[in-house]
Amino acid sequence: MSLATIWAWFTDPANWQGTDGVPNRVLEHLLYTGLTLLIALVVAVPLGAWVGHSGRLRWLVTGANAARAIPTLGLLFAVSMFVGPLIQSDLAFVIPSITVLVLLAIPPLLSGTYAGIDSVEPAARDAARGMGMTGWQVLTKVEAPIALPLFLSGLRSATLQVIATATIAASVSLGGLGRYLIDGLASRDYVQMVCGSILVAVLALVADGLLALLEKRAVSPGISGRATRVARSRARNSDPHSEPDPDGADRSDPDSRQAAVVGSGSTGPVEATAATGTPSERDRP
Amino acid sequence: MTWALDHIGDIMSRAGQHAWLAGLPLVLGLVIALPLGWLAARRPRLRAVLLTTTGLLYTIPSLALFILLPPLLGTKILDPVNVIVAMTVYTVALLTRTVADGLSSVDGSTQQAAIAMGYGSFARFRAVDLPLAVPVIAAGLRVAAVSNVSIVSVASLIGISQLGYFLTDGYARSFPTEVWVGIVACLLLALVFDLVIQVVSRFLTPWTRAVAA
Repeated sequence: MSLATIWAWFTDPANWQGTDGVPNRVLEHLLYTGLTLLIALVVAVPLGAWVGHSGRLRWLVTGANAARAIPTLGLLFAVSMFVGPLIQSDLAFVIPSITVLVLLAIPPLLSGTYAGIDSVEPAARDAARGMGMTGWQVLTKVEAPIALPLFLSGLRSATLQVIATATIAASVSLGGLGRYLIDGLASRDYVQMVCGSILVAVLALVADGLLALLEKRAVSPGISGRATRVARSRARNSDPHSEPDPDGADRSDPDSRQAAVVGSGSTGPVEATAATGTPSERDRP
Repeated sequence: MTWALDHIGDIMSRAGQHAWLAGLPLVLGLVIALPLGWLAARRPRLRAVLLTTTGLLYTIPSLALFILLPPLLGTKILDPVNVIVAMTVYTVALLTRTVADGLSSVDGSTQQAAIAMGYGSFARFRAVDLPLAVPVIAAGLRVAAVSNVSIVSVASLIGISQLGYFLTDGYARSFPTEVWVGIVACLLLALVFDLVIQVVSRFLTPWTRAVAA
């Protein structure tokens, strides 16, 4: 096989049309991933935030992390075999797969949210209360921004996990890019398998890159360390108006800033890679 | 249960293959990640480059990597070498960061003391920094081991023999028992890996026990 055969596959108009075409398969893959993440977020974020905030039911997070040892392929087959026959429709293949994908997306999201909220310094919480913030305000204005980096790294690992497993789920008849890999294998069409693999890899890399960008943009400058750089360059400039304040509200609260530095830890907030799993584990001093 | 007992020989031989496919990359990955992590810990600029590159490699889904490696390596698709290489890539991706973090976590005054005692840069790495980083590296190794055992089973989709065979075969024959046997066997293997790493880590860090006692 050569680059020319791969090029030929990608430039063949037949591979860009219909159910089996690249646009439709990419769209399917994105739909499964989006739907899965949406469901998993609805389950994991409130739960993780509550566990982190109250400190109760921590075993949930530990248990979810331990459950990651279950081989994804086994989980996929087991759930498909049990749930599949219960559903009498075209969705018989989609629902079990989505169920498994949700189960796989929950642990990283749960532990990311939990570790994020858990990393908030009690002093920052107390200070916020002392300033007269309500519980909701403490959550949204202090805890959430500080938890954001760890939550986003959880989201990043969950996304990668879902994209990768949705590919494998083609073996239980799910659509998406995995079809090229599984169908290509069945028909010994190795070119199709390789081209499908390239598409999957590119999709994963693009998704990861976008989330990395989001991490950079969304995390408050006081937490990511950008604020200190701004302050330094401002000191050099000596003109206080030459530099726009990127996030005045957050930086005006010295306690949350200090807590942020503590919370982000020495490894850097953006670093808890997914599959290495547990941000909580990484964040331990 | 009876099915598992009837097929115990087959299970054990596939478990052996699985352990080899997941375990050898752990060793190879650690050997490669140690110098990379050492470089990353010493040079902040290199750290960013190394961690980004290995991070990108980790991003590639396993099934895709199993299929993409043969044309890159010039191997056959059924060659277990593909799985070994793929798992080594993932292990390196996980461990480079862990090794760098572990080495950076060594107390500055400890390093100063070592330098004052006349340790050169490599001798200090071998005799001071590395042993002190063992607990962190072992934690990363445990994560990598569990993830390797799980990912290796995916290779059964492209026909490489290991415990994942029971998953695909059980599904193909609509025989749940076989799938469960496969899952339990994978979990047990992951547990064994985990225990071995913990024991070795304890053995390498006798001082942690002295403090605890």
